[in-house]
Amino acid sequence: MNAAPAVLVEGLVKRFGTFTAVDDVSFSAQRGEVLGFLGPNGAGKSTIIRILCALLRPTAGRALVAGLDVTREPEAVRAHLGYMSQRFSLYDDLTAVENLRFFGGLYRVPDAVLAERIAWAVEMAGLTGRETELVGTLAGGWKQRLALGCAVLHQPPIVFLDEPTSGVDPVSRRQFWQLIHHMAESGVTVFVSTHYMDEAEYCHRLALMDRGRLVALGTPGELKRGSLRGALLRVECQPLGEALDALGRAPGVLEAAVFGDAFHVTVSAAEPALRDLPRWLTERGLQCGAIAEIPPSLEDVFVARVGGGRA
Amino acid sequence: MNWGRAVAIGRKEVTQIRRDPRSLLIAFLMPVLQMALLGYGARLDAKHLAVYVFDRDGTQDSQALLERFRASEYFELVRAVDDYGALAAAIDAGRCKLGVVVPPDFSRRLRDGDGVTVQALVDATDDNTANLAIGYAQGVVGAYSAAVQLDWIRRQGLPDRVAAPPLSIEARTWYNEDLDSRNFIIPGIVALAMSLVGALLASLTVAREWERGTMEQLVSTPVTAREIMVGKLAPYFAIGLADAALCVGTGVFWFEVPFRGTVDTLVIATALFLVVTLAIAFMISVAIPSQIGASQMAILVTLLPFNMLSGFAFPIDQMPAAIRLITYLVWGRYYLTVLKAVFLKGSGVLAIAEPMLAMVVYAVVVGTLATRAFRKTLK
Repeated sequence: MNAAPAVLVEGLVKRFGTFTAVDDVSFSAQRGEVLGFLGPNGAGKSTIIRILCALLRPTAGRALVAGLDVTREPEAVRAHLGYMSQRFSLYDDLTAVENLRFFGGLYRVPDAVLAERIAWAVEMAGLTGRETELVGTLAGGWKQRLALGCAVLHQPPIVFLDEPTSGVDPVSRRQFWQLIHHMAESGVTVFVSTHYMDEAEYCHRLALMDRGRLVALGTPGELKRGSLRGALLRVECQPLGEALDALGRAPGVLEAAVFGDAFHVTVSAAEPALRDLPRWLTERGLQCGAIAEIPPSLEDVFVARVGGGRA
Repeated sequence: MNWGRAVAIGRKEVTQIRRDPRSLLIAFLMPVLQMALLGYGARLDAKHLAVYVFDRDGTQDSQALLERFRASEYFELVRAVDDYGALAAAIDAGRCKLGVVVPPDFSRRLRDGDGVTVQALVDATDDNTANLAIGYAQGVVGAYSAAVQLDWIRRQGLPDRVAAPPLSIEARTWYNEDLDSRNFIIPGIVALAMSLVGALLASLTVAREWERGTMEQLVSTPVTAREIMVGKLAPYFAIGLADAALCVGTGVFWFEVPFRGTVDTLVIATALFLVVTLAIAFMISVAIPSQIGASQMAILVTLLPFNMLSGFAFPIDQMPAAIRLITYLVWGRYYLTVLKAVFLKGSGVLAIAEPMLAMVVYAVVVGTLATRAFRKTLK
């Protein structure tokens, strides 16, 4: 039972007309795993999630959720999952409890359990005492947690969260990730798409998406170790525009990108670059400051894998 | 079909309607307003038409004729003028619909047995009223003419029956004995009110989910298309029935329109009509994911054909053959036929079997199409 993957995707393709949103993607996820989808807008993250929720039909390939084929048994698939779409799709003109009761009704949560589950969701969302307020009057963080409550009221084994934390304050985001990890510990498989790099670190495994393709899949540590050819340097240099240009043409430099007020530069080898780069820059009339080798962050991995210059 | 899920959808819809003042107004105030406005305002028969007279004769005879106009409930003698220009000006200004001119030799020619012509100037901008005015005026003048004739015959010492015309018609108006146009209009307003409320409200229901971004969440649950449709339409079905009761009640108890049929016929016909109207509005709502677009389309598809082609405003018998064929598609026409029968005729079920059957067929076809219209996948 444990051996069967919670989600299995093989050769998945989705085309909208001539546009390929998902291009031959394969992966699997285990029970209790938090799998993150990372990628720029339009990379195909939402499309994959929608296919797995049986909201879109794949053009080709196969997708099994809880062992059920999404194209052949869409309703059975839907009963096994919880889905939270990009906008927190709650009914603003209903109260928190009315929203919960509505989704409880749609998922046929038995009456005996429903009251208990609603109480759990209200507490989880931090809405105790505000159960009868209209959802439209709640702030983002509360709405977001309530939306999660609605999506998992029926205790699904697999949960899909499509950019659940966009537009929510940092404290709420951290609370939200705690909830995600609680769920995973109890055996729930959680899919999360995000474009926040710091959130990606919380995932057990990461799927890096770019223009419909799965460009890398692994734990955050694996990705950081395996993604870079050569070494990563942090270089301070002014002015930024001309420095970026010069770094890009410098010998031994594979990739240069602006990070805050400095550069992250990927080089083929650390030693010669640490020695030669300051001189290369100074010769071109640029002011070179501190230069040091640093461990790569996920953002560096992302830049390296998904294409440079897009920091 | 899981009833629990349909009930969940229905309960949610009811809560949303309760919290939305606009929906409540459309659901309950609109039918009442329509009944009041059309019940009082829309009258096809003209009474108390304003009349100006120009009596160029000024004799007892001419005054006797004008007295008959005064006595008629169809006319209201507003004013006597003493020149032609004033009469023309009054018609121009819309102060009167009819101007009656009595010629100067009226009395003399009448006594000599020569023919006399009384001139009637009619404002025919509204042809219906003009036709009625001419008809009523002919009636008044004809009656006076007959009286003069009878008078002459008596003076000649001849028996009265000489004056009796050889042929006459004895008309008995059935179903609407008083020829009150209100009795004819009220059943139409009932249907109109329900088309409006049903189509308008139900057309918003799916579009609203799209517009507010709740649709994606909804279709990600195991709820089926049929459960969504039944759950969403059931509250509007109930509102429609309540509105029908409200309208019929107002018609019968306030406007005193006769109700000669049976309540169950009315309920069955109303239920069928609502099923068709709601199913069509639902399909529109599925097809057009914006509330404004959907409601406009709903009005175009339900209300407009009902007004024009159901026989409510214009008699179907008098339409060109091609248009008459189109009217068979207007489901309001069948409902209107049943309503008129229920209110005015009190016919048994057999007499209205045809329109009832037509509505059953319509409901089955449209209802089936509506359940297939909704797709749970996104585009």
